[in-house]
Amino acid sequence: MAQAHVANPAPTVDARTAGQRLVNQWLAHVHTAHERGQPVAYIFVMGNAVEILRSFGFELVFPEINSLQTGVRKMAPDFLAKAEDYGFSPDVCSYVKADVGLMLSDMQHPSGTRIPKPDIAIASSLCNVYIKWAEIWERHFGTPAFVLDIPGKRFATWRPLPGTAQYDADTRWVEGQLRDLIAQCERITGTKFDPDRLAEVESNVNEMIRLWVEILQLNQRRPAPYNSMLDGLTYIGVLNAWRGTPEGVEYMRLLRDEVAGKLARGEGRVAEERFRLIFSGTPCYVNMRRLVELFESHGGVFAASDYLTYAAGGLDSSGLFYDPSRPLESLAEVTTLASQLGLSNHFFSHQTLAQQVKEYGADGIVYHGIKSCRTVATSMADNREYVTSRYGLPTLYIESDLIDPRYWSDAQIKNRVDAFFEVLEQRALVKGGD
Amino acid sequence: MALEIETSLTEILARCHELSLRQRIPDDEAGMAIGYFPVYFPEEIVHAAGLRPHALYGGGNHIEVRYADARIGSFVCSICRSTTELGLNGSLKGLGGFFAQPICDAAKHMAGIWGRNFPQQDPQILALPQNVNSPASARYVYDEYQRLRGILAEKVGHEITDEAIRASVRVYNENRRLQRALYAIKRDDPARLSTVEAYLLIRAGTRLRREEHNELLRAALRLLPERRVRQMDKPRVIFLGGFCEQPPLEMIETIEDVCFIVDDDLLIGQRWITEDVPEEGDPVWALAESYIERSAASPVQYDARKRKEDVLMRMLHEAHAEATIISAAKFCEPGLDDQLAQSRWLDQQDIPYLVLEFEEKMTSFEQMAMQVETFAESLLFE
Repeated sequence: MAQAHVANPAPTVDARTAGQRLVNQWLAHVHTAHERGQPVAYIFVMGNAVEILRSFGFELVFPEINSLQTGVRKMAPDFLAKAEDYGFSPDVCSYVKADVGLMLSDMQHPSGTRIPKPDIAIASSLCNVYIKWAEIWERHFGTPAFVLDIPGKRFATWRPLPGTAQYDADTRWVEGQLRDLIAQCERITGTKFDPDRLAEVESNVNEMIRLWVEILQLNQRRPAPYNSMLDGLTYIGVLNAWRGTPEGVEYMRLLRDEVAGKLARGEGRVAEERFRLIFSGTPCYVNMRRLVELFESHGGVFAASDYLTYAAGGLDSSGLFYDPSRPLESLAEVTTLASQLGLSNHFFSHQTLAQQVKEYGADGIVYHGIKSCRTVATSMADNREYVTSRYGLPTLYIESDLIDPRYWSDAQIKNRVDAFFEVLEQRALVKGGD
Repeated sequence: MALEIETSLTEILARCHELSLRQRIPDDEAGMAIGYFPVYFPEEIVHAAGLRPHALYGGGNHIEVRYADARIGSFVCSICRSTTELGLNGSLKGLGGFFAQPICDAAKHMAGIWGRNFPQQDPQILALPQNVNSPASARYVYDEYQRLRGILAEKVGHEITDEAIRASVRVYNENRRLQRALYAIKRDDPARLSTVEAYLLIRAGTRLRREEHNELLRAALRLLPERRVRQMDKPRVIFLGGFCEQPPLEMIETIEDVCFIVDDDLLIGQRWITEDVPEEGDPVWALAESYIERSAASPVQYDARKRKEDVLMRMLHEAHAEATIISAAKFCEPGLDDQLAQSRWLDQQDIPYLVLEFEEKMTSFEQMAMQVETFAESLLFE
């Protein structure tokens, strides 16, 4: 467990303000990228080879963030309707449909940003919808997809060790593809790959991840200084958009100091923390504040969430750091390991969730099944059954969607949350009486 | 003579039908059947180990889902649900192994579900790549196939030799040739062999040793040229949407009542390798390289050389088809995405098409029959 870092007494800018500024700055950069002659890459939050793109000077567009922003800004229904009118099935991922809605809106995003067309689009195999999504871009923009296949875990206890033939096979495969990607970036930008620049980006990522892991671990303490599924969502937004940059490092340092300061002062996210919970699944961006409120009104805080691992690149999974002295080889190794230890964990997450319960002193797990996201949610109910029967943990399963408000049923979810807390209260009572 | 031929064919097809419905692993195969989830699996390596590959194509519309609904999200396709049901209701307890593949996000979960519920079957993912366009692809597939070879060798307790795999490749090459011959008849003379019949003949192979399946196909192919055929005037169409979850047979019959399906992607994993696999050299490399270079297409594999619209146009052209039925399984995101892309493409090309959605558990086809009849009439009288 991390020790609370002694914070600077009075930082001039709080992390929230700094984060907002960085997000605005990033969107402004995106808006003007082509005017400034900067190439644009469309990438996803899992398995994106951002380090290579950054080293070539690409401006980064995260279509998942564009889509979730339509939800946060309560504009998703307009975009979803456009995609469904175009012919997309209600059963297709709502992120994809919001993005199609954006394409059909001449790329005019509700944030005020006009999203530029991609010069390159990278879809990793960590979510198969990424690949289908990239095929849509191929048709719409004429930009060929670069599919980065990153082999994940083959089974729950899969742990390839450096030096084994299996480790070599998987990392050799990823490295081969990264070399293909470099060649493609060279063609697009007309510049030669610079390993020193890649090493520099990796050093920044290392520092960001070191701080990020510290921030995650600080929430193992009581009371939890932040809510993983509210504050944490802002944190990873900045982490993704500024990954590998000095600004990103500075932000993470400011954030770490702020979180550590709260901890040192005993300031919890909720006034009276009564229950600590693990959240498994993706957020419901149209109603996340409401969802969190339903839990916090009972004194429940989401101390941790697997979302903060897989939506932030997975590098926090097992102390993974780049070796900038061999930047490309190390990128291949860490990308593969991040996939196998963190990003492909959805399919086998029962053990890591149980582990998180221990590390964070949690009282239970909340599973949030998402209609849009089969990557995360397909077998959650089975996972829950296993965790409940094997470890005797209280669990709750609720369903809604990432950004489609049609799948949010407030009364039903409230009833289930209330009933879950009755169970937790009952257990606390029994425990207290022992 | 004609009656005898028809009787023999009927007997073969009845056997195929019985095999296609068979879900339980026979007692004498307990532990020897290696289950795999669609689409493609390098069966030759399993065969060379002396084991029997057991393709899992869900429960069809003949099982009642009692347990799986409580284990799988409400937004997940039927094949994942019914396969889980077959596990939970004990039908698949005789499997000696279980492999899922990263064809889609739901399918990847099957390895996790299996691991939590049936760990004794050593369930895992065979990580076939989604990038087949890199110079490094074949080597990666080769490495993954060698991993599979190692797992199976450990299971049977002896090495799986190159010669054994080469022998299996020869058996499977024969099978591929026979399957291609079936599809050629269906394409060139569709009144002689219906799609339902071709489907049953091919699906039977998922429950037999491949040598036995070869015999069965040879027998059918001997009889088919002698079959008495009544020529009919029906539009020639392509059927798409059967690459993973299988549409109910009644749905195919409904379409065939009024159309000839002259090409399709039904059970495409059984026909994934489109030419003979080289029988010389390293057989595992030959299989890996064939996966990359001599393979079909489906919505769940990205290949920059096989744009979905181009694949469809080639199928239409080669089968001399005039229209397409583009189907997708309910909740199948890759299928639904391609369905839209292809239908918009066909609009641009002014090629008629009909969009249908199915679920394996469907039992009522009246409404679909009406849609298909109207479509066929529009083609005939256009």
